[in-house]
Order: sequence, then structure tokens, then C-alpha cells
Amino acid sequence: MTSAALPSKSLRAASVCLAIAALIVIVAVLGMTIGAVTLSVGQVLDGIAGGKSAFIVMQYRAPRVIVSILAGASLGIAGAFLQGALRNPLASPDVVGITKWAGLGAFLAGLFAPPAWAVWAIPAGVIAGAVAGALVLLAIGRSFGGGIAALALVGVALGMLAQALMQYVMVLFPTRADQSMVWLAGSVYGSTMTDVVALSLWLIACLPFVLIATIRLDAGGFGDDTLTSLGISPGLLRGGLIVVSVLLCAGSVAAVGSMGFLGLLSPHAARLLVGPRARHMVPASALIGALTLSAADLIGRLVALPNEIPAGIVAAVIGGPYLIFLLMKEAGRHD
Amino acid sequence: MTDAGKTDAGHSRLSAEDLTLGYAAIKVLDHVDVTIPDGRITALIGANGSGKSTLLRALGRIIQPLGGTVTLDGKAIASMPGKAIAQTLALLPQSPVSPDGLTVRQLCRFGRHPHKGMLSRTSRHDEAIVEASLAATGLADLAERPLDRLSGGQRQRAWIAMALAQETPILLLDEPTTYLDIAHQLEVLELLKELNEKSGRTIVMVVHDLNHAAQYADHIIAVADGGIHAAGSPVDLLKPELIRSVFGIDAVVISHPVDGTPLCLPFVGR
Repeated sequence: MTSAALPSKSLRAASVCLAIAALIVIVAVLGMTIGAVTLSVGQVLDGIAGGKSAFIVMQYRAPRVIVSILAGASLGIAGAFLQGALRNPLASPDVVGITKWAGLGAFLAGLFAPPAWAVWAIPAGVIAGAVAGALVLLAIGRSFGGGIAALALVGVALGMLAQALMQYVMVLFPTRADQSMVWLAGSVYGSTMTDVVALSLWLIACLPFVLIATIRLDAGGFGDDTLTSLGISPGLLRGGLIVVSVLLCAGSVAAVGSMGFLGLLSPHAARLLVGPRARHMVPASALIGALTLSAADLIGRLVALPNEIPAGIVAAVIGGPYLIFLLMKEAGRHD
Repeated sequence: MTDAGKTDAGHSRLSAEDLTLGYAAIKVLDHVDVTIPDGRITALIGANGSGKSTLLRALGRIIQPLGGTVTLDGKAIASMPGKAIAQTLALLPQSPVSPDGLTVRQLCRFGRHPHKGMLSRTSRHDEAIVEASLAATGLADLAERPLDRLSGGQRQRAWIAMALAQETPILLLDEPTTYLDIAHQLEVLELLKELNEKSGRTIVMVVHDLNHAAQYADHIIAVADGGIHAAGSPVDLLKPELIRSVFGIDAVVISHPVDGTPLCLPFVGR
């Protein structure tokens, strides 16, 4: 970097990211103290190191915490890519219907696959649903001439369609509705080490594409005519960003259910904290997503003891006002 | 390098044959042939909706023609890879959109994209060209300033700096002086003239002001009635009859008292 202004911005981004990471660690340890038996922070740390509580910590409590961190981070990145691809700050995997298609896929897979297959059928259904939704979106968007606003609106319409289909299936099979309501709200309840391994493998497979997409994300802010003039295919750039976003989104929705709100909140918060450049904003958005989901899960388990409130609902309840606060702060800066 | 490009006026790297342009069922231009002279400044003039911007965008392969071919260096532009075109030809759209919070230098670095590999970072050579482009557009002191905190004229120069960093021998500009006051309009046009004279760059621009075309262009293409109405040097082309048939207004054309270029003075007959 030749310029003087950049290192200070990078430094700021790095310190913000470190601070969020530290908060995530604190929330994770607190999260592992809660359960049928309350452990002290010391017992949790001892258990992580292989001490007396190792079994309960590693088998029951760590998976839930790790899954919320991984899923929150990938939803945060998915949202950043989608907003960049569509050049629209209102875009999120939820708003353009990708999480709804994923939910429909999961629901159908859960209904029609033999129960013994459910462990694999539901994630497969999620990914199939999300990818199918994205392909229909890109195909229809393309026939419009690929205009960005058209693409976003088609996504909204397709999401409504998926939601209607899902509600129709729920009416047909009312016995399965309760279970799917929890899943649709988003919850990390009952995560196991298998979920951790599956989600980690999925994210590792996505990682090269995430890195390429991060490098390319800034260019998404140009108009299509400028991109063409620079020798960048707008269709390939925006389509590629959407595909990576869908892959990340599908993995996390398969693990924790529909939690699209994180994809809207995290990139906004990241942009306001570290600025809009992708190399700062994407990592920050991942960390904010991870922090929000793990904190939401912690709060959801504490406020209504002995019941649990699904993390997706808590995330929306704390995230909504926080987003409004950030936007007001940002608006104040311009006055 | 004063007139190096201007001596071989017969050559043209960029041309279009039998070009038909339009949107869906509406044809804007019907079967037109265009030749852009190398090393010259060419101005596209015409009334609103005449298709001059559409023609420029087709020459810059931003839009696909309904028929005919745009030829760059003897090859059909539609069959060339995007990066290869972007190394030869840059197009600056009218009121372009940029990523949020981008600084002048960051914008200018994007101009190096056609010369870089898939994942390679900005090299020292790239940085040197970025510096040179910023210096050529007088933006060296504003390099770290975000685009949204520049004046209209500065912002237009920043976009031109990006196009310069692309190091293309051909530069297309869609109404580069729109929304600028008269001083900034001249500043941008002087910059383009300087780029043309110093490096022999071929420049094609859409302009509204006939007197700008007269003063700065070597070659004028007048677009009207779905075709090329006329093409030639400002002195040959800018006549009252042409202005009447292209724009539907009456004008007298006198010689500019300072530089002798044609000066169009419209009037309303009573």
C-alpha cells in the first residue's frame, strides 16, 4: 500500500475485528456454562482443556456454540456478497427469497424422505431448494436483460411464492407444522458434533470461492457499463457473487434454520464500523454475524428459563433496534 | 509526439459496418457505416434521442447491435474477449456509478484491471501508471479523497484518470461535460485535447455544444433521422443548412474571432 491513509483504516478494521472476536469468545464461554447443569466459567475452561467436565462441555455444549458462530459468520458473508452483487443495501438472502427456497427444500425433504435418511435428506433439501431458487432467479433476471432492480424484485416475488408453497404444504400436513415453525424461526437447539463437522467441511469447500468473491466484491459497486469497459463481465461478476452467497446461505440454513435477518444486519453494521471496502467489510461482517447469532442464542436461553426462545427471533429483536441505531448514527454524521 | 497520429489520417482501428441499433422493436439507427479516424478527436453530434449515445455505446460494445458489426483492429468486436477489448478501448459512461466511499486512487487502480491476472495484486508498474494518470489529470493532491467529496469537474477528471490508467489507445466518452459549469467544461475538454496531442490517443466523444465540437474536434459525425447525416471536419461540416436539418433550428456560422474555428450562433426567425 503506497498511500498514507490506508494503513490507519486497516488498523482500525483490525482492531474492530479483534474486539468483536474477543466478545465472541466471551459469549461462547458464557454459552457453555448454561444447560441442565450450570457450570462455572472455570469449569468450562477446565472442560475445554480436557478436565472433569470435558464430556458435557465438548459433546453437548461446544457444538451448539460452534454451530452458531460458523452459521452466523457465513450468513454475514452471504449478506455482504448479495448486497454487493445487487448493489442494493436492502438485499439479503432472506429478502430475495433464498432462505425461503432453502426452507421449502428442507420441508419437502423432511416430508418425503424416509425418517432414517433425515440427517442427510434435510441438508440436501436445503441446498437443492436454495440453488433451485437462485437458478430460477438468475434465469428470469437474465431474460429481463439482467437489470439489477429487476433481479432484486424477481427475488422478492420468488421468495413470496416459496413461502406460499411452504404454507400450503404446512396446511396439508398439519402434524409437521409445529416442528417446522421452530426451524423456520431459526434455532441452534440440539446441534451435535456431526453438525459442526458437516458445516465446517461445507465452509472449507466454499472458502476458495469466498476469497475470490471478496477480491471481486468492490467492483460490484460499478455500473454495468463501467464493468464492461474494464473488461469485467457484469453477468459473471454478479451471478458469481450470488452463487457464492447462496452456497454459504444454504450451508448455514441447513445447520440452524432460516435466519436471513443476520444477512441484512451484519454487512450494514460492518460497513458502518470499518467502512465499505470488501477486504475490511467482509471479515467484519462475518464476525458480527457470528457474534449476533451466538449472543442471540445465549440470551434466548436465559430470558425465559426453563424455556428457550429460538435464536433467530432473539437476533431479530436485538438486531432490529441496533440496525436502526446504526442508521441514525450514520445519518447524523452527514448532517 | 505532436502530430504523429494525425498524419496517417487514412487509418482507422475502430469502425462499424452496416450497423443497426435499437431497443426491441424500435430501431434507433438503421444500417449505418462509421469510421473513426486514428489519433484524432471525433465528436458525435445530434439532437436528443438521435442515437449518438447509442452509437457510442455500440462502438464500445456496451450494447449489442441488432445487426451489422463493430470492427476493432480488423476483428469483430463481438468475438473478442472482454479483457482484450479493454486493453485497446475504454468507455466513460455518462454519470457513471461507483462503489461507495471509493477514493480517487482506488478508482484509478480499477483502470489497471484489464492488464492484471485473475488474482494478481496491483504491481509496482501498475502503481506507477496510476500515479502518472493522477498527475496527468491534475489529481495527485486529491488522490486520497473519496469521490463523493469531489466537485463535479474533479469527479469527471477522476473517471478520466481511471480510463487513462487503462492505457488504451482509444477513449470513448459519453457527454463528458454534462452537469459541469462552463469553466469545468473547458477544463475537461482541454484535458482531452492535451491527451490527444501528447500521446496520440484516439478520442470519440458525444457533445451537445456545437461550438465545443467545432473548437476541440478534428472530425465531426452528425447523427440524425436514424442514420449518419454527414461526417467531416468542423469547417466543412458546420454550415447553417446542416444545423437546420440536424437540429431543426436556424443559425448563422461565423469564424471565431480568436482561433478561427466555426462559431454557431442560433437565432429564432420572426
